[in-house]
Amino acid sequence: MSVGIAEAKRERSERRRGFLLALPSFAYMVLFFAVPLIIVLVYSFATRTSTGSTALSDWNLDAYRKLGEPIVRNVVVRSVILALVTTVICLVVAYPFAWFCAHQRPTIRNLLLIAVMIPFWTNFLVRNYAWRILLSNGGPISSFTEAIGLGETNILFTKTAVVIGLVYAYLPFMILPLYASIDRLDRRLIEAGRDLYGSGSQTFRRIVLPLTMPGVIAGSILVFVPSMGAYVTPELLGGGKETLLGSYIVTQFLTARNWPVGASLSFVLMAVMLVSTIVYFRSGGKNL
Amino acid sequence: MKSMKFRLAGVAVTGAILLASCGGDSSSDDAAADEPAAEESTSEATGADCAVDQVDGDLYLYNWSEYIDPDLKTAFEEQYGVAVIEDNYDSNEAMQPIVAAGNSGYDVIVPSDYMVSIMIEEGSLQALQLDAIPNMANLDPVFYPAPYDPTGAYTAAYQWGTTGLGVDLTVLGEDTPRTWGLVFDPELSANFGGNITLLNDPRETIGAALKYLGYSLNTTSIEELDEAKALVADAVARIAAFDSDQYDELLVSGQTQIAHGFSGNMLYGIDEAENPDDYTYFVPDEGGTIWTDNMALPFDAPHPCTAHTFINFILDAENGAALTNWNLYGSPNAASEPFIDAEVLENEIVYPADRSKLEFITNTGDFETNFSDAFSEAKG
Repeated sequence: MSVGIAEAKRERSERRRGFLLALPSFAYMVLFFAVPLIIVLVYSFATRTSTGSTALSDWNLDAYRKLGEPIVRNVVVRSVILALVTTVICLVVAYPFAWFCAHQRPTIRNLLLIAVMIPFWTNFLVRNYAWRILLSNGGPISSFTEAIGLGETNILFTKTAVVIGLVYAYLPFMILPLYASIDRLDRRLIEAGRDLYGSGSQTFRRIVLPLTMPGVIAGSILVFVPSMGAYVTPELLGGGKETLLGSYIVTQFLTARNWPVGASLSFVLMAVMLVSTIVYFRSGGKNL
Repeated sequence: MKSMKFRLAGVAVTGAILLASCGGDSSSDDAAADEPAAEESTSEATGADCAVDQVDGDLYLYNWSEYIDPDLKTAFEEQYGVAVIEDNYDSNEAMQPIVAAGNSGYDVIVPSDYMVSIMIEEGSLQALQLDAIPNMANLDPVFYPAPYDPTGAYTAAYQWGTTGLGVDLTVLGEDTPRTWGLVFDPELSANFGGNITLLNDPRETIGAALKYLGYSLNTTSIEELDEAKALVADAVARIAAFDSDQYDELLVSGQTQIAHGFSGNMLYGIDEAENPDDYTYFVPDEGGTIWTDNMALPFDAPHPCTAHTFINFILDAENGAALTNWNLYGSPNAASEPFIDAEVLENEIVYPADRSKLEFITNTGDFETNFSDAFSEAKG
């Protein structure tokens, strides 16, 4: 009995120590995430004045009503499609690479993983400008395709350029969780599958894929969410010719000066993402 | 100068603004915030008289980037024994909330025309003490008093310019028609398909379409706006990009042949080109935008006397000329003319001969959201 009490006490004090250690990051989250989020929420119920300022009075739901209009719906649909395309391409490209990577000797494996991370050493904006040069008319890629007889390729300022830019930007976020999952996969299970006369594709579908599903899900979310709100890449590589969520929200703040609408859209977007992510994890990733 | 380089930091900036606008205490990332809190005493001294050439501390300037000759700043520092600390913004909309929230710490800001009227209406600017700015008399009557500050009580024009088209003459030919039809007429512009950029700015680009249709670019008629929207929507298929940052570089590097943009930026780009004579800029015959940027004091400027002295300094004939010779925008300073380089003064890009069809963009109030939505819809 007394042993149990002592243990419970120790557990409690450990928990308290854990709490204290977590306090800085907790405070950080409250200060730089929760508080701004509440401000965004408050602004979403405010009113745009005729000079474009935000009157923190006359609280109303106009900004949310606006989200039901066709213009916002179309923007959302376009952004979802773009994010889906990006996610699927990332998945298809990243899976074999992560597989290959996980089956190398440790030295090579580490080198490959470092190669995946290297782009992060350069600023995102700078990398987008670099793509702009690569894809431009008469740029390196165009010159190359011309040299090998495929003719000029004018990719810059097209949807293709946007997808290329997004896949490039978010591919590491797909590779890393996939690699972690595949690395943990017990190879003997694959052998067992083959022993039981499972074909390659059957083994993949019924053993490998379900076991690496946590990586697939985590990677997909990490790619899908930022692609949904992408702003820099569509503007720089797509020439801003399509209105997507990111640019629409920026427009509300910096051009229309309609903060309530910008705030409501940001908030709804965040809430939808958060809820669907939780649901996704709960349903698909029990063993995460 | 509605929008300048690196507007793309917009997402991050937006977050910062949200924070900044909510508590007066959060301008801590501005250099100006390092200044000890002298605001309490001096902001009440707003009404206190400043004498000509009086200074009451260092000057905190909040300006567009690359808009003031560094030599002018040095000259001011040496002449008055104060430091000039400059921060930059890239759009009026990014600057305004920071100043309006109070405690921005800035002494002089440089808002554009329509933003001046907004800030006056919102009480964000303090009235100038004209006695402390004798050089106000140097301003061209066209710009003083200006329509957006009808009594001339709040602002002194800094520079002015136009919005029009930069073109590649080797493609369009020397006798190209000077019309917005180069962009909006399906037949005429078909020749340049995929080689046109338009400003990524609802008021400017929808405004250009409105001008092409013969309407005012400050229309508040839904029907006229819809017509303009249809024109822009039709043009989307023929344009390379909506771009407010790099249009001049894209033009002179041969990526595009027609670029919608601001006079000074375009001239700067053309000057940098290998063969500057291959390019020109004009405001189409149907008319276009004229705009000004203007020096003003935030309502709580900590060093109002230094601010007045600085405005007076810029409005000096020779200093005004130095400004124009450096940034290649038009000077509103009539007395500066003899000191402006002849090649700048005679350049029709800087000083268009016919200004009759130029129009200021004005705040259309609640209709602004119609402009921005029309632009978003036109893009699809």
